[in-house]
Amino acid sequence: MLLIECPWCGGRDETEFGYGGQAHVPYPEDPHALTDAQWAEYVFIRDNPRGPYAERWVHSAGCRRWFNAVRDTGTNDVKATYPIGARKPVTS
Amino acid sequence: MSHDPRALPEHPEWLWRTPEPKSSYDIVIVGAGGHGLATAFYLARQHGITNVAVLERGWLAGGNMARNTTIIRSNYLLEESAALYEHALRLWETWPDDLDYDFLFSQRGVLNLAHTLQDVRDSRRRVFSNQLGGVDAEWLTPDEVAKICPIINTSSDTRYPVLGATFQPRAGIAKHDHVAWALARQCDAMGIDLIQGCEVTGFVTSPDGDRVTGVHTSKGTINAGRIGLAAAGRTSVLTEQLGLRLPIQSHPLQALVSELLEPIHPTVVMSNHVHVYVSQAHKGELVLGAGVDAYNSYTQRGSIPVIEHQMAAAIELFPMFARAQVLRTWAGIVDVTPDASPVISPTPIENLFVNCGWGTGGFKATPAAGWTFAHTLATGAAHSLNAPYALDRFVTGALIDEHGAAAVAH
Ligand SMILES: Cc1cc2nc3c(=O)[nH]c(=O)nc-3n(C[C@H](O)[C@H](O)[C@H](O)COP(=O)(O)OP(=O)(O)OC[C@H]3O[C@@H](n4cnc5c(N)ncnc54)[C@H](O)[C@@H]3O)c2cc1C
Ligand SMILES: [Zn+2]
Repeated sequence: MLLIECPWCGGRDETEFGYGGQAHVPYPEDPHALTDAQWAEYVFIRDNPRGPYAERWVHSAGCRRWFNAVRDTGTNDVKATYPIGARKPVTS
Repeated sequence: MSHDPRALPEHPEWLWRTPEPKSSYDIVIVGAGGHGLATAFYLARQHGITNVAVLERGWLAGGNMARNTTIIRSNYLLEESAALYEHALRLWETWPDDLDYDFLFSQRGVLNLAHTLQDVRDSRRRVFSNQLGGVDAEWLTPDEVAKICPIINTSSDTRYPVLGATFQPRAGIAKHDHVAWALARQCDAMGIDLIQGCEVTGFVTSPDGDRVTGVHTSKGTINAGRIGLAAAGRTSVLTEQLGLRLPIQSHPLQALVSELLEPIHPTVVMSNHVHVYVSQAHKGELVLGAGVDAYNSYTQRGSIPVIEHQMAAAIELFPMFARAQVLRTWAGIVDVTPDASPVISPTPIENLFVNCGWGTGGFKATPAAGWTFAHTLATGAAHSLNAPYALDRFVTGALIDEHGAAAVAH
């Protein structure tokens, strides 16, 4: 079970959270300008690294706010959590 | 030999060699799970190509092939899926003789339970679709369900009463590691090199990077005419080195077994709504599974609450299981695509082919994955069965959206 540090509520069990996949994937500025391949990339393709991964979580059973985390997918170690809109922190 | 139905078959004397890799092969397959082995088997058997190596970073069939819950069925909703999985099931029916190895293939049927009116409608629609497509399927009332599997709680006095079920009599289970060993033995006999402890760490490419010509491995560089990836949950880690991004997310998928019990559960039961599936293995363990852990991970372990959910669901359906003990839980890393269907396809990189995205349900497809991937590797183009499963469907929009359409996704 993961222990996740909500930026507002502190460390809580994973069961209080929902998962939102990769973070920092902006909606295309001009969707109409995208080719089919670029649209497919935006809709269907996300990074899938073995290692640090910036991802979104929502504290559903707590403050109900979204935030970002950097978690190592090779160890499940949560390296950092930070508010939406903040830059991805540098983690070791 | 004993007559105990729970006894495991004896192994043949000889299984496979442990060769050192040659400097070059016509075809290199990455991953010696069921799919990599079945691909090598059909390359030799159907296409006469035996200058083939299967490279495995760990030990043969130690990945998802050793971790799955072995449900085999073909009662999928969509035509493309039913065609592929039914092709697999027909091959499964020939494999015990063909591979000359007893792997306890048991066509004990699968019940997919319906608990809501929408479940009932979707399930009956799937039965009609299966019947039209030549897949054995029938709709059963709760009384008929109870006749096939008396230990299910079919009373109406439960939170999610059983309103009926689809039944595929030809579905079943098999002993997964024996399947892998059976394939490995045949591959070896046809001259294919199965190389364990050989991790692919990168690719040799043409100067412009448009073409692969070999692989770097923990046992040195190996040249290859064509390369086929059958690396399941670790596929993205490989393709990322070529700048090729795939529509795959890797998740832990957990399962568990109980202690050994007397034979009490005659079939396979799956419930999408209560969210668990259960069968009983030959030796007597109850085998339970459900959905993936939500987050991406490569750790081959998942979170306990997911296991608790599965057990709660199982007890809801089978109250008598409340007294069974959990013997073991584990996880594998599964490669999930956005439409819950696999990719068996050439790639934009010349001579690189992928068989991936099988997610939570690729064991049942092992023979068809091998059949179609071997065809694709041998000829450079898809077989009619896997043509719809090309990478470019995510660009054209021709998805094969089996999400939720075909009961629990295994
Ligand atoms: C808990 C669980 C339950 C499941 N239940 C079912 C079920 O009931 N029915 C069903 O149909 N399916 C089920 N599945 C899914 C099924 O197991 C998979 O879809 C299927 O096994 C994938 O094909 P494979 O056997 O070739 O994969 P694997 O056995 O995982 O083979 C991939 C191989 O590639 C190797 N590899 C990876 N990277 C490299 C590298 N860089 N170099 C060399 N080798 C590499 C791995 O070590 C591994 O051995 C389940 C999966 C899990 C985890
Ligand atoms: Zn919070």
